[in-house]
Amino acid sequence: MKGSLIIVGFFILGIFAGLSGYISIDALSFDISFVALCLLMFFVGVSIGNDVDALKNLRQIKPGLMFLPLATIVGTLAGCAVISLVFSHRSLTDCLAVGSGFGYYSLSSIFITQYRGPELGTIALLSNITREIITLLCAPLLLRLFGRLAPISCGGATSMDTTLPIISRTSGNELVVLSIFHGFVVDFSVPFLVTLFCTL
Amino acid sequence: MPGQIDSGRGVSCFISSTVVEMFTVICIMLAGIAVGFLLRPRRIRFAGNVITVLIWVLLFFLGVEVGTNERIVKGIHTLGFEAIVITLGAVAGSCSAAWALWKIVNRKETDRKS
Repeated sequence: MKGSLIIVGFFILGIFAGLSGYISIDALSFDISFVALCLLMFFVGVSIGNDVDALKNLRQIKPGLMFLPLATIVGTLAGCAVISLVFSHRSLTDCLAVGSGFGYYSLSSIFITQYRGPELGTIALLSNITREIITLLCAPLLLRLFGRLAPISCGGATSMDTTLPIISRTSGNELVVLSIFHGFVVDFSVPFLVTLFCTL
Repeated sequence: MPGQIDSGRGVSCFISSTVVEMFTVICIMLAGIAVGFLLRPRRIRFAGNVITVLIWVLLFFLGVEVGTNERIVKGIHTLGFEAIVITLGAVAGSCSAAWALWKIVNRKETDRKS
């Protein structure tokens, strides 16, 4: 939670820096953020590749539950598609791109800003932060309404790190390995799906 | 109509350049996964710190871009509202799918037992 607050702090700091007019967007060329994005993706890759050992105990999971990441992805996209019908000014792919962040707000907002501009990027940031906060605050409620897999599914890409403690407390310790596996797969899908929906 | 042909070419140029960029980014990530995997016996602890700092920098840039864009500053509450509505849709959809999967998996289990 503290980490998320610092990240939001930097975003807000940036807004005030922009409002004050000391930094203009011309000074920060498009290329700097693209290079930073490439560096970021390289290190995200390194941490994924380096962390494969966390999946060692995967055989303990019931085979059917291995489909949970797929359920999360399909369910999220279906939900976002329904919402896009309500917002006439947002296209289907806009809503799907925002939803494809699965709570990974930093990466998805950066990607979407790069390809669809800062307006949708801001929506992606706020939307995916909200998803993490909902998971942290409402896990017990989700458990009662939708069963034991719901907190994991709601956590999305964060189910392997920031929301893992609350998931183990609500869904039970025996689902921790599933939660890590789920976060791993969903995490990995974020750049692909966001890219896909930004190009369509 | 030469104007139309021109604009068409312009759009396709723009799309192909973004596709190339996105492809680059994804290839870089795959390269990172390979590096991380090959160095596996060693824990790359600093990767997490580098990621955190880069995220700070990029979100600061996003903030600057938002702050200098009058349209976004004026509409920030609408954007926030839209964000929350999209999230509620995403959460409802994913939790329903998770509920369905739990039902299916446990039904199979009881079938096998009986």
